[in-house]
Amino acid sequence: MKRFLITSVVLLATISLVFAIFQMPMWPSLQLTAQGAFGDRFGITRTLVKTIPLLTAGLGMVIAWRAGAYNIGGEGQFIIGSVAGAWMAKTMMSLGSVGAAASYAVLAVCVLGGAMYAALAGWISFRRGLSPVIVTILLNFVASQVLDYAVRGPLQEDTHAVPLTQTLPQSMMLARFDPQLDLHSGIYITIAAMLAAQVFLFRTRKGFQIRLVGASPQAARSAGLNEVRLKLLAMALSGGLCGLAGGLEYLGLAGQIGVSSSQNWGFLAIPVAVLGGLTPLGCGLSALFFGSLFAGSQQLARFSNSGSTLIYVMQGLAVLAFVMIEARNKRLEPAGEV
Amino acid sequence: MATWDSVASLLRYSSPVALAAVGETVVEVSGIINIGLEGMMLAGAYAAVVGSLQTGNPWIGVLYGVGAGIAFALVNCLVLVYLRVDQVLAGTAMNLLSLGLTSTLFRARFGQSGQLISAPEISRFAGVDVIIIGLAVLVLGLHFLIRRSGWGLALRACGEYPSAARASGYSVEMLRCSALLIGGLFGGLAGAYLSIGIAGSFAENMTSGRGFVAIALVTFGRWRTPWVLAAALLIGYAESLQYSLQGTSSIPYQFFLALPYLIALAVLVFVGKGAIAPESLGNTELEVG
Repeated sequence: MKRFLITSVVLLATISLVFAIFQMPMWPSLQLTAQGAFGDRFGITRTLVKTIPLLTAGLGMVIAWRAGAYNIGGEGQFIIGSVAGAWMAKTMMSLGSVGAAASYAVLAVCVLGGAMYAALAGWISFRRGLSPVIVTILLNFVASQVLDYAVRGPLQEDTHAVPLTQTLPQSMMLARFDPQLDLHSGIYITIAAMLAAQVFLFRTRKGFQIRLVGASPQAARSAGLNEVRLKLLAMALSGGLCGLAGGLEYLGLAGQIGVSSSQNWGFLAIPVAVLGGLTPLGCGLSALFFGSLFAGSQQLARFSNSGSTLIYVMQGLAVLAFVMIEARNKRLEPAGEV
Repeated sequence: MATWDSVASLLRYSSPVALAAVGETVVEVSGIINIGLEGMMLAGAYAAVVGSLQTGNPWIGVLYGVGAGIAFALVNCLVLVYLRVDQVLAGTAMNLLSLGLTSTLFRARFGQSGQLISAPEISRFAGVDVIIIGLAVLVLGLHFLIRRSGWGLALRACGEYPSAARASGYSVEMLRCSALLIGGLFGGLAGAYLSIGIAGSFAENMTSGRGFVAIALVTFGRWRTPWVLAAALLIGYAESLQYSLQGTSSIPYQFFLALPYLIALAVLVFVGKGAIAPESLGNTELEVG
């Protein structure tokens, strides 16, 4: 609760600070942002549609980072997940299966693709005692080339004119609540994933072991836990969630993938997870918050030329302030208390 | 048929990443990984264009760019060295901050669409400019400093085993700050070169991942500045190949673009970080003993 309060104060302070720095009228700016995010059903849809990938990939970051596995390859896992899904979709379509079952098969392959890609990063890192940071950066580049190859090569749409995959038939897309709105039933999957992640991390033995490995590898080792295996599990789950995020964007929104399919969701998931206090429910709140900022900030263009890019400033400042406060608190804590 | 022109253009196009990677090498040798390099380059690129446009003198622009990089590095000193914030997190935050700031300021100054602006460019001689020549000199100089000087020895100790450096009477904090400042200088210069050395302009998020390429190259170049420079040139060469190979080769050109990263990964798989990688890289724990 205290954490929630601190975070909220930090976020509000940063937002006001950013408006002040860029000389935007404070109250109207806030009002416009809120209106753009929640004002009508279009606004709410915009917010939720942005929240889905942020939350799904953010959950992935929560699980990996809890295990002390600094996965910054969410982007690559998102991409590989959607490429694997597009491949599966093409296979299913050539078999003539285009129903809801095919759609869930595609989603499952997305999860699997992301999970395997993250597990690969984990395997390379942990067997040599490396941090996954460098390995996941390297694999992000490989992933974007794989995507480029896939959408210009084997998975390109039938006319071979543009670097995109074939658009999925409507029957394979996730159901929409309203044909006018972009909101799709993937949001149920995301919410289910959030609840499952919360139960897994805080109510199961494996979840506890994962948190222990992250909080104190030494304690985990002396308790006889297999550190490498637990971190690998955390990486695979993390990648699976990032792959799921890719799959939901693919099946829920676009229906096709292209070279610029991922709008940095894999990277943006990191601040979402951190400001959510590295808990799945907290991550839900912070994803909703940032989703609404993304949706609302487009309206800000009325006051300044900038508008939507301000959100990166807010995110960056908020994370920086948050981790600096945390670092200070850690220092003031008596030694030995973790 | 490697004519001089193609060599010069390879040097030019590889330079931003090479500069950034060489700076990052110094930072990593001291035991810190600067994930915020991408943002640092972006800040340098924007500042350089502003400086160049304001004064009409590209060299002032370069100074602005370097200044932005160093300002960025000073924040890093506070956050990474003194507050010991998690380096991945702080870097991610700095990247976002820089992306947001440069895009917002750019739009505020040059309009929503960011119509094409052209800043005065650096003059060159036979396709090569002072910065490229300086890069070669600096790489060798830094290699010598890191490997042969007392400062370099102490810096490497910070990266390997900070307690030992501290026990010998060095200030780990000061040494790491010095490395970060050098990294900032190079990062800012890299951005400046990208915007006013090559593009002659600025665009939102114009670094588009080059900072991360640079971080990857440090691993590929095994934490040695000459090797890192060679790695940067190799990447530049692979990128230039894609146009000539498109359609003519049975191997997809994307494979060549991914190759440097695959090689770096293979090296990590087969030799791990070995004895070469700084042992305490990225470690924020207070050293024991």
